[in-house]
Amino acid sequence: MPLLSVENLSLAFGSHVALRGLSFAVEPGETVALVGESGSGKSATALALMRLIERDGGQITAGRIRLRDTDLTAASEAQMRRIRGNRIAMVFQEPMTALNPVMPLGAQVAEVLRLHRGLDGAAAHAAVIEAFARVRIPQPELRYGQFAHELSGGLRQRVMIAMALACQPDLLIADEPTTALDVTTQAGILSLIKTLQADTGMAVLFITHDMGVVAEIADRVVVLRQGEKMEEAPVTRIFRAPQADYTRMLMAATPRLGSGAPAAPRPSDPVLQVENLSVRFALPGAMPFAPGPEFHAVRDVSFSVGRGETLGLVGESGCGKSTLARACLRLIGVDAGQVRLCGDPLTGLSAAQMRPLRRRAQMVFQDPYASLNPRLTVADLITEPALIHGTVTRAGRHDLAEELLEKVGLEAAAMTRFAHQFSGGQRQRLCIARALSVRPALIVADEPVSALDVSVARQITDLLARLQAEDGLSFLFISHDIAVVERVSHRIAVMQAGRIVEIGPTDRVLAAPAHPYTRRLLAAVPVPDPAKRGPMTAMPDLMPPPPAILPRGTRPVREVLMAVGPRHFALASNDPAPLPPRAGAERDPVDRVTHHMAAQPAGAGS
Amino acid sequence: MTGFALARARPGLAFWRSLGAFHRVVLMLGAVLVLAAVLAPWLAQHGPTDQSLMSRLKPPLGFAGAKAGYLLGTDELGRDLLARCLYGLRLTLSLAFLGTLVGLAIGATLGLLAGVAGGRTEAAIMAAVDMQIAIPFTLVALFVLALFGSSFGVMILLLGVAGWEQYARIVAAETRRLMRMPFVEAARAAGATPRRIALVHLLPNLISPIVVQMTLSFSNIILLESSLSFLGLGVQPPTATLGAMVGVGRDYMPIAPWIVLAPSVLILAVTFVVQVLGDFARDRADVRLRAR
Repeated sequence: MPLLSVENLSLAFGSHVALRGLSFAVEPGETVALVGESGSGKSATALALMRLIERDGGQITAGRIRLRDTDLTAASEAQMRRIRGNRIAMVFQEPMTALNPVMPLGAQVAEVLRLHRGLDGAAAHAAVIEAFARVRIPQPELRYGQFAHELSGGLRQRVMIAMALACQPDLLIADEPTTALDVTTQAGILSLIKTLQADTGMAVLFITHDMGVVAEIADRVVVLRQGEKMEEAPVTRIFRAPQADYTRMLMAATPRLGSGAPAAPRPSDPVLQVENLSVRFALPGAMPFAPGPEFHAVRDVSFSVGRGETLGLVGESGCGKSTLARACLRLIGVDAGQVRLCGDPLTGLSAAQMRPLRRRAQMVFQDPYASLNPRLTVADLITEPALIHGTVTRAGRHDLAEELLEKVGLEAAAMTRFAHQFSGGQRQRLCIARALSVRPALIVADEPVSALDVSVARQITDLLARLQAEDGLSFLFISHDIAVVERVSHRIAVMQAGRIVEIGPTDRVLAAPAHPYTRRLLAAVPVPDPAKRGPMTAMPDLMPPPPAILPRGTRPVREVLMAVGPRHFALASNDPAPLPPRAGAERDPVDRVTHHMAAQPAGAGS
Repeated sequence: MTGFALARARPGLAFWRSLGAFHRVVLMLGAVLVLAAVLAPWLAQHGPTDQSLMSRLKPPLGFAGAKAGYLLGTDELGRDLLARCLYGLRLTLSLAFLGTLVGLAIGATLGLLAGVAGGRTEAAIMAAVDMQIAIPFTLVALFVLALFGSSFGVMILLLGVAGWEQYARIVAAETRRLMRMPFVEAARAAGATPRRIALVHLLPNLISPIVVQMTLSFSNIILLESSLSFLGLGVQPPTATLGAMVGVGRDYMPIAPWIVLAPSVLILAVTFVVQVLGDFARDRADVRLRAR
């Protein structure tokens, strides 16, 4: 008898049908992945299983959900309260918002135990410490009194999992639990879930859009699209012989590491030249008016981007890649170094002197929802830079808008509408059209596809490649997703702790990574092939990067890039042993300590 | 298609058609109030200050002892309440309307400047805001009225200045938030001047909080004016304002409640109309809500 059986489930939000006739089952101890893009109904399904969908304004219009012999669709709210967090637990995407920011972490977990197990006082405290230890949170006693903002993203997600597992549920629903995390942190969380599953025998319903993660963790896969089940099969069959066209399309769109980089353009004069660029931020001191230490966000970075070339900038969150991008465009102050755009130095110019040069380089941002002014029509939005620079008259705006829309593959009818009337991918096209309006030589794209579905992301990267081929545009393409970067970049720069640790032609960096950090990053990328799923092996610790926070006026240690191949440079490193070919690890030093523990029983879980 | 063509030819009509019954009623009530204020000299049969000591404290028509020609009755000096209400409405509405605009102009400009410029400019403006809050307003009013005397222009300036700090605070906070939005950064990357960012990208996105603050401020000014009148600092008697009428009429509440009721109902009606239309204007101003 399956642990969870969903029969012919239909869900609706008002008149909008979110899910149509979905049936699937989860056996005890099994991991089922629910895969789909936005609007597929996968999160609505999770809400329905917890019967939280009514609170979000939706309703179950047909079908049945059974947990063993309990009919959840017929359960009363009081019954559901006993089931939620007790027999079915849930882990959310964003651990920062899913945790109460003003409540100590231990107290939040203790609350679950009090509600479902009736534990109080010392017994609850002990159980919380045990729960923290089970998810390999180092120093659980210390974490008990800490708050969510004091922990790294990976640790926060571990607290969420500890909370979910506190009552040893039969079923864990994980709704995109690693989407907001860095790849190395993701690898740690995935291996933790596998380990815990092997220990406790719980079933996992894993909701994700990432086929790489599916390949890592799932036993069976249910593919959803716009509320309909496209396919259901064991994970190996999904990847070997997908039946549905949609699954095949999803596979094709999923970026795969090692699927080849674009051919290098002819060498030319650099469009963007960055020499020894440094950006620091002052931190508050211990006393008011006392000079505080400085955070070195970008340290002594040099690189160049040629005409018609794309340089991919990869790094984990907080490594300084967005700061570097903004510093290149003088959107934030530069503390040392030189930036040249088409040969002209940008550093040292006043804001007014800088303004006319801004048309040479434009920017595309990560969040297409926030980067378009909600009050302007599309025609005004996308022609604004041209109007500012006087390259278009007020009368000519209409024609220019039409031309730009055509260029990015949107209809001219879009012109009179507002940004909120478009989908994420269409909005990103509008952002690109806006950047193109002044015919820039360089576009700095900061995580331009991170907020988009894989199939839409693919269309956007294809569009960027087409624009590059047509107009000889140069791109500085920033992403945390190394597989996406590979698809578009002629060269790759890997950033860690404010420094470029390795830079070189894409295929060289990926095939023969010279710096240990690059190797670690590559090893953590999930491979969309369940056959290559291996036991998680422990990886040696890296030398920690030099400290980023230094007393005011202190210069960071100067590090020099060494040539390791043709046009391929890396920081010299003292790390001795090369890394094993496949491994998962976490970035946080605290997480890393625990990794050896997490790693050992992982083979049994998969 | 014909509806669309019609909407283009007659925007007013299309607007009216897009309204629900509730908003139509409120809009008509507002129109009646404004018309009554504008047409006061023609609607009133008596002068607002004409006394008739023979007919003091007469109740409104329909009550025992009412006197013909005095629809709403008379006050303690035998003045026609209807005339006083109409003239009072006229004065109160113009004071509140112009006062709101003065407060908005000062507060929103300084708030926007503080939010965009940041640094010392912001610190100075916010210090001024704190000072304005710290000093009791009646004290300032006393000082100003003692210096310049109580005239219509001085009153408007005074009432406007009384509320500027609230606009400044809200606008500065909202501007700071918007300045961190990627679309503002996109505009800066495109080479927009701070002036253009403020006018094209920030101001239209500030309409909602500004409109909400305007509706609050409008009602506040009406109350403020009446408390000033009560202290003898406001518009000087015998000139009628709604607030002053309520203040004076309080003493006669047990024997002649209509003296208080008539202006009170008008204040209530004005405030209600302003609040509803303010909410409505805010929703309409937001393109995201309008599309639904």
